[in-house]
Amino acid sequence: MDLYKDRNASDAIIRKIFEVSKDLGEVKLCHVCGTHEHVITHYGIRALLPKNVQVVSGPGCPVCVTTQGEIEAAVKVAEKGAIVTTYGDMIRVPSKRSLSDAKASGLDIRLVYSINDSINLAISNPNKKIVHFAIGFETTCPTTAVAVLNSPDNFYVLSAHRVIPPAMDLLLSSGKINLSGFIDPGHVSTIIGTKPYEPISKKFHVPQVICGFEPNDILMGIYLLVKQIKEKRAEVENEYVRGVRTEGNTKAQKLMEKVFEPCDIRWRGFPVIPGSGLSLRNEFSNKDAYKEFNIEIEDIPEEKGCSCPEVLRAEKIPRECPLFGNICTPQSPKGPCMVSREGACYISFKYEKS
Amino acid sequence: MCLAVPGKVIEIKDSVGIVDFNGVKREVRLDLVDVKVGDYVIVHTGFAIEKMDEKDALESLHIWQELLKVQEDY
Repeated sequence: MDLYKDRNASDAIIRKIFEVSKDLGEVKLCHVCGTHEHVITHYGIRALLPKNVQVVSGPGCPVCVTTQGEIEAAVKVAEKGAIVTTYGDMIRVPSKRSLSDAKASGLDIRLVYSINDSINLAISNPNKKIVHFAIGFETTCPTTAVAVLNSPDNFYVLSAHRVIPPAMDLLLSSGKINLSGFIDPGHVSTIIGTKPYEPISKKFHVPQVICGFEPNDILMGIYLLVKQIKEKRAEVENEYVRGVRTEGNTKAQKLMEKVFEPCDIRWRGFPVIPGSGLSLRNEFSNKDAYKEFNIEIEDIPEEKGCSCPEVLRAEKIPRECPLFGNICTPQSPKGPCMVSREGACYISFKYEKS
Repeated sequence: MCLAVPGKVIEIKDSVGIVDFNGVKREVRLDLVDVKVGDYVIVHTGFAIEKMDEKDALESLHIWQELLKVQEDY
C-alpha cells in the first residue's frame, strides 16, 4: 500500500489540486477528526497546498469536547466509592477538578486501553462498582454497546458519547465560518457509512469527502473536494473505500441503536447541540452510572483566556491563542486541546512551534 | 481517539480473536464483525470495527490510478 505514502503520487495529486483550484476563490475546508489533524500537520500538508486552499480543524477530538460538567460527574462517581476507568488523555484535561487531581487525592481512577479491560476489572473485583467514563464518537460507541450487553452486574457506563453530524450541521448553521467543504472522518464513517452526511450537503450545498489516514488519502480528499467545488457539486464521496462501506458497519449500528438513544448535550466550546449525545436507553438503566449514583451534569463555565472553544469551532488556529506556547504547553496545559494527542494545539506545538 | 490500525486475524475463540499487527499479537474482540482466520481487520480500542476487504483495497487503488493516470510513473 505504498501508494498512499508515495511521494510521486503526492506530487501528482498536488499538481491536480493546483490545476483545479487556480480559478477558484478562497477555499476553506474543515476536517472533524483529531487523527486527520495529526496527519495533516505531521506531513506538513498545509504548506503543500495553493495559497487559496486552507484546511482548518473542527471539533474532532472527543477528549477536547467533553465538558467540565461531565468530568466533574466522573469525579463524583469516584467519590462515591467506584473505580472509574477511562481512555488516555482524558485524565489530564484541566477542569474544575481534573481526573488526575482526583486520582492524586486518593480516588481510584484508572486508564484503560479498551473498555474490555474495564469489564475484566469488574470480573476480578466483584465487590466493587466499576464505572467506565465512556468518551468518543461513533467509532467508539459500538464498543460501549457491546460492553453494556456483555458485562457483570457491577459494571456501569457514564456515557459522554457524541455523534459528529449534528456538530457539523451546527458549524455551518452558526454562519461564523465560511466553509467550502468537509473532510469527513474515516473511522467514524467506517461505522455510520456515507448516508448520515447527505442531509448536510443538501441543506448547505457543501461537498464532503470521507478520507483515510495516510498523507495521500488526505491530498486525494482535498483534490476531490476542490474538483466538486469547481464543478459546483455538493455530494458525499468516499475516498477511504478500503475502510468504509457505503452502508457502514450495520452490525455495529444495530448494537448502538439497541443500547443508546440520542440526547441533547453541550460540547466544550459549543452550546447544547440537539441530538448530538448518546444516553443509555431506559431498559439499560441498571447499567447507567448517572442513575445508579444519582448524578446530573453540572453546567460549569469555560476557563477565561483559553481559546480552545474558538479552536474547536474552527474560528481560530492554535497560534492565534494568546496562551499558546508560553503559558499553555503540553507540560502545563491550560485547555483540553493542548492535552490530547489529538488536540489541535498539542499537535501544532509538537510539529509547528518553531 | 478514532485511531484504528489494521491487523490479521490468526486465531478465533468465541468472540475474541488474536490479531497480528506486523508481529505484535494482541487479543481483540470480534463482536462487531463477521470474520474468519486469515481476514484483515481494522482495530479500535481493542475491538475489530471492520473487515478490510482485499477487493475493496484493490478497487480503491484502481480508482486512484484512473484519477491520476499515474500508471506510467510506476
